[in-house]
Amino acid sequence: MVTIEIDGKKIETESGKMIIEVADAHNIPIPRFCYHKKLSIAANCRMCLVEVEKSRKPLPACATPVADGMKVFTQSQQAIISQKAVMEFLLINHPLDCPICDQGGECELQDVSMGYGPDISRYTEEKRVVDDENLGSLISTDMTRCIQCTRCVRFGEEVAGFRELGATDRGENMQIGTYVKSGMRSEISGNIIDLCPVGALTSKPYRFTARAWELTQANSIAPHDCLGSHIYLHTRRQEVMRVVPKENEALNETWLSDRDRYSYAGLNHDRVDVPLINNNGIWQETDWSTALNTIVEKLRLVIEKSGAEQIAALASPSSTVEEFYLLQKLMRGLGSHNIDHRLKQCDFSDQTHASIYPHIDFPYADLENKEAILLIGSNIHSEQPLAAVRLRKAVLRGASAWVINPVDYDMHFPVKKSDITTALVEHTAKIAKALLEDKPADIPAGAEALLTTIHVDSGAKEIAHALKKANKAVVILGAIAEQHPQAATLRALAHTIGHLSGARIVIFTEGANSAGAWLAGAIPHREAAGKSVAKFGLTARESLEAKLKAYILFGIEPELDCANPHLALEALKNADFVVVMSAYKNKEMTKYADIILPITPFTETSGTFVNLSGIWQSFQGCVPPFSEARPGWKVLRVLGNFFDLPDFEYASSEQVSDELKALTETINLAKGYSWYFPKSLKESSHSLQRIAEWPIYRIDSLVRRSEPLQRSATLEPLGVRMNGKTAENLQLKANDMALVQQNDNEVNLPVIIDARIPDNVVGVAAGYAETAHLGDTFSEIIVKKA
Amino acid sequence: MKKITEYFRYYLKTFFLWELFQGLKVTLRYFFKRKITVQFPEEMTPISPRFRGLLALRRYPNGEERCIACKLCEAVCPALAITIEAEPREDGSRRTTRYDIDMFKCINCGFCEESCPVDSIVVAPIQHYHMENRGENIMTKEKLLAIGDLMEERLYADREADAPYR
Repeated sequence: MVTIEIDGKKIETESGKMIIEVADAHNIPIPRFCYHKKLSIAANCRMCLVEVEKSRKPLPACATPVADGMKVFTQSQQAIISQKAVMEFLLINHPLDCPICDQGGECELQDVSMGYGPDISRYTEEKRVVDDENLGSLISTDMTRCIQCTRCVRFGEEVAGFRELGATDRGENMQIGTYVKSGMRSEISGNIIDLCPVGALTSKPYRFTARAWELTQANSIAPHDCLGSHIYLHTRRQEVMRVVPKENEALNETWLSDRDRYSYAGLNHDRVDVPLINNNGIWQETDWSTALNTIVEKLRLVIEKSGAEQIAALASPSSTVEEFYLLQKLMRGLGSHNIDHRLKQCDFSDQTHASIYPHIDFPYADLENKEAILLIGSNIHSEQPLAAVRLRKAVLRGASAWVINPVDYDMHFPVKKSDITTALVEHTAKIAKALLEDKPADIPAGAEALLTTIHVDSGAKEIAHALKKANKAVVILGAIAEQHPQAATLRALAHTIGHLSGARIVIFTEGANSAGAWLAGAIPHREAAGKSVAKFGLTARESLEAKLKAYILFGIEPELDCANPHLALEALKNADFVVVMSAYKNKEMTKYADIILPITPFTETSGTFVNLSGIWQSFQGCVPPFSEARPGWKVLRVLGNFFDLPDFEYASSEQVSDELKALTETINLAKGYSWYFPKSLKESSHSLQRIAEWPIYRIDSLVRRSEPLQRSATLEPLGVRMNGKTAENLQLKANDMALVQQNDNEVNLPVIIDARIPDNVVGVAAGYAETAHLGDTFSEIIVKKA
Repeated sequence: MKKITEYFRYYLKTFFLWELFQGLKVTLRYFFKRKITVQFPEEMTPISPRFRGLLALRRYPNGEERCIACKLCEAVCPALAITIEAEPREDGSRRTTRYDIDMFKCINCGFCEESCPVDSIVVAPIQHYHMENRGENIMTKEKLLAIGDLMEERLYADREADAPYR
């Protein structure tokens, strides 16, 4: 500890800190441009010059460590003179046309020049002009405004791990730009907009549409991944104009993924405005009471004729806790347990063994302190962009990372070894076996028997030992592992590895609120708060396979959101009655639905998401519902009333979540995974295997409608991806049209040669209308020349 | 003694209707002066170059609209009469797609003109205007530009005349 004095104020602080950090902690303003607490120190803008006693020259506060007895003056004459001089130099080449700049009103340079800038410019010579860069559909540039603080460059190098921007030339000719002319491909590129202290990098979709002073700020929770990043929704005249991160050290730090930042652009596309009813093939607009009465009448008919088991509800994993709770209450009130949110999964064999709800039992922020990381079936940057930032931090701090993936995804951080294989189970089992061979004391029953056929290799041994040796190790199961046909086996093996090595298990669940869905009982085998059910309902997959009489779809587009879209469409088209509650409509929906009820996206309803740490995060709607649309929980509540179900009198969404919360408080939420081992480790193998993941901006209805995200360079173009060797075997070349066949359904897609994919595997993405008639995401596929 | 003289003067003034004649003196003076009756509406009184009447949007001499959608006028307007929507024009420049002034709300304070960095929105010397139908109180961008086009010479001259005092 050292004692320093800033502006006469005595401050005790840790040694090694910079003056500016100490000043910030004590609310002493020091102007700065290049310094940012989350980035390395560059000290190249010189704006933070302060006077330090016994120093001959003013010193940059961001790069001067504190020393005992140091006396700092931020407002002394010498400090002010130097700051004013720096400001004048910065304004030499910076355009003085704030009124046409999009940053005007929220610009650090503008603010600081109000305090330290001269009234008039003494500079009459020519000003520098720099060509703009095209950084893609998300970020617009005005490079003449750049003051070369290099925050964006440092962000790319240090945080994103994606060196896309760099500084070329030096001195006055220094320019920031991409080395190669291409759009930004980083999943978190939007953060450079917040970092840029001037208007050089601004948001493209928001460009010129509003001013900072007209916006109203509302707190909300990001609805696209299980992290639940804190966000601010900026609204003007009851319209969401943009989304910016809200600082939260425990979750998103100061960052936000592009998916959460730009999905708002899709909020008002293809909205259902009034309840729609299918009258013998003709779609008619109707009022709420007619629509709800028809639903009651038709569903009662189904129950009378074929029983309540013939009704199933499928909900989006990004619905709120309130919606899940009321939907399951409605379904169970009608007498059916067929409710599920796990649309993208296909293996449910361990569901009774699962913990009360999927969550991690350590603080999420601790991910960056892990020493050994094993990623299984995870394209982490696409699935959880901000979790990937934490992992990258851990790796840069010295952690070792191993990857077992079917595709060689770019991890943006050094990986010790990646196993690129479709045999995820076998490779994971080898590590479990390697741990078993060390003869640990406490072996879960059944693990040994299961792993007898597995032969350990040196690679697996190395990973096993590293996981065991590390004080803090973590095994991460990503979306590919969760959606894998042997997902239960993978979970069992991961838990075995965790149990034997002491590593923690992290399962990154789909959607924003899978944890909430489990707690609220939107699963077929457990009611709200984990209460078990005597006779299990059908899982999402089973209910589609069973071709039931009636379906209730909540916030989903089954042909784009289900593991087997073809199966889903067949089931829905054969059903007698399909109710769709959705904010968005599409063409396919009008073919299978009988009634479409307009509900609201997260900006127009109050609700709660439970994130992967198990934190309940509530938010309020900030704009009124679009047209006749109503919040999902209200629709379900009124539907419950129409069915005369008991206990459906809720006045607010808080009442619903409070009721559920009271239920969860009566049980032991920490109740963990109980051992489940499958009979064998047999993996399905195919001569030509399809690997389908949901691309980063195709995961839910909202992002699919965000046009800037769809045009972003991060979203890889749709096609049949295969490596050169596979293409040669199939006699295909790049850009050929290939006929892709699955379950007797065919589509024509262009061939894309992708060296990251192993032999005899083709990548055909899910979540596109083009691939909506194909079958299972991980199964046999036929690819021919078209 | 003083009190008695005061009383005496007051008595005399009242008796000779002194103040009445004092007033009639003004009447008599104007009786012989040149008359200044203005035959409104055929004739108008001259108005100051600073007169704050109806609003207008100006253009540059090359025909390009001046407004750059900085929204300072919208922010400064004390009556919240201005509504602006903007987006990048095809050539990438910052332009308004909507510029509405509600003349029922407008209090003709002229703050918008003062805040405008490009002299686009101006208070024009138009004092007599009326609306016949609901909705006509909203001066749209087209109407405001049309007034600007119509009055440009006068607007320019007024600003020139007032420039030394700004």
